[in-house]
Amino acid sequence: MRNSRGVRTFRTVWMALVLIFLYAPILVMIALSFNASVSRSQWTGFTLDWYVKVFHDPSILGALRTTVEVAVIATVVSTVIGTLGAIGMHAMNTNMANVLINVSYLPMTTPDIVTGVSLMLMFLFAKVPLGKWTMIMAHIAFDIPYVLFSVMPKLRQMNPNLYEAALDLGCHPLKALYKVIIPEIMPGIFTGTLLAFTMSLDDFVISYFTSSDMYPNLSRIVYSSTKLGVKPTMYAVSTMMFVSILLLLVLINRRTKLEDMG
Amino acid sequence: MKRSWYASPYALWMLLFAVVPLLFVCWYAFTTPEGAFTLTNFQEFAKPRYAAVILRSLKHALYCTVLCLVIGYPTAYFLAGRGFNHTQSLVVLILLPMWMNLLLRTYAMMTLLDDNGVLNAALQAIGLPKVKVIGTEGAVVMGLVYNYLPFMVLPIYTVLKKMDYSVIEAAEDLGCNPLRVVTRVVIPMSLPGIVSGITMVFMPAVTSFAISTLLSNGKLRLAGDLIDYIFNQSSNPNRWNIGSSFSLMMLVLILISIGFLRKVDPDNEGGGLW
Repeated sequence: MRNSRGVRTFRTVWMALVLIFLYAPILVMIALSFNASVSRSQWTGFTLDWYVKVFHDPSILGALRTTVEVAVIATVVSTVIGTLGAIGMHAMNTNMANVLINVSYLPMTTPDIVTGVSLMLMFLFAKVPLGKWTMIMAHIAFDIPYVLFSVMPKLRQMNPNLYEAALDLGCHPLKALYKVIIPEIMPGIFTGTLLAFTMSLDDFVISYFTSSDMYPNLSRIVYSSTKLGVKPTMYAVSTMMFVSILLLLVLINRRTKLEDMG
Repeated sequence: MKRSWYASPYALWMLLFAVVPLLFVCWYAFTTPEGAFTLTNFQEFAKPRYAAVILRSLKHALYCTVLCLVIGYPTAYFLAGRGFNHTQSLVVLILLPMWMNLLLRTYAMMTLLDDNGVLNAALQAIGLPKVKVIGTEGAVVMGLVYNYLPFMVLPIYTVLKKMDYSVIEAAEDLGCNPLRVVTRVVIPMSLPGIVSGITMVFMPAVTSFAISTLLSNGKLRLAGDLIDYIFNQSSNPNRWNIGSSFSLMMLVLILISIGFLRKVDPDNEGGGLW
């Protein structure tokens, strides 16, 4: 692997091409969201009109509200359930804990489409109309594993004697939980929360099967709009989603990397 | 209250919203709409119009996997080497799209390749004729590669990064030429990563939903689109049962691939998603 000049040039060109392949479509779409013309082949000047239109379109605003509401509720609930789950499993014997942890791999390995369809079947069987709340239930289920897997390592790193000491000194178990354990694992909880929120915001397939056109989220309206031809407002919506997801991912990456070092 | 009880909401939620729904799929897959046991749901897929979709899914997923390997291996290899000034940022840049909304990325691809899209405008600007990309198999495979490439890069990169550099130097010192170092040392040692990458690309590609519909104007349906069609658009009274049997087949296919992966790479060297 002693690199000659030719090898180095080839390597640089190769990486540049891969990056262009991965990012050109996204950058083009972002550019088009600021294009004054509806046409995708002509640049007729910079405009923010499409963004203004987005915030005056009741159906897009409704979908934005649904998306944020679903993400916030699912994140809060899954953070609580996932964190408590991790604490509980940490105190269990290993066999029992392993069974429960393996359940979390289930939604991570099942193809999204099968997860979506299976939840839809259950809701339809139970005669629960598909809508915002079914979507929230589904999101909580796929968010929990991310919280669990962010919190578990922090619990393993924790000194187990701290909790025992608190109890020995007369601390009530519940108080020891939020005075001793929670502060120790807080960085893990926060990473889990960020991950859960991002996954919620990012999801399309599972949301598609567990919601209805009555209460669409943003992905769903983008998907419906593809059947109706070009709408630059959808480029604006997509751009805003891309940028928020990207920022969240960069934030998460920074945290997990920092923690690996520490 | 014992501390282990804190896990009960977790257990309950996952049971209700991860395990039970899959049991519903199994139940519907093996029953008639009246609830009697049957295997006929699985026979539906021998019918030519369904069989064609399944074959197409396997074929396109295979093309996608091969292309991802061809593009992804050198990428991972270069990332793991010591050559770039900002390797860490490059790694992040290449892996980030993994977690970015599949629909939005496909929509972006569609914008680029469309008949009146940016690609054709660029071609015309330099005096070349327009090309029709959307609707072709090439567009679908390209969309799949675009979406799943990072899943190939990550596990190979992880394995190569951990590789002992002195082994390569030993091979060189013993007179191995650079090409043979790659074919005889680097590739065999990164095999767990390759297998992991192949599984991580093939699995989502074969069950992919929406990518193909969008990039082929609805002409070329893949397995995921077929499941959606059966559940949401077909008028067949057995549609839940047929759809479930198909979903179950997909799930079994995935479990077999994971089992295979565990066998080839028991220590999970190739690394999972997290």
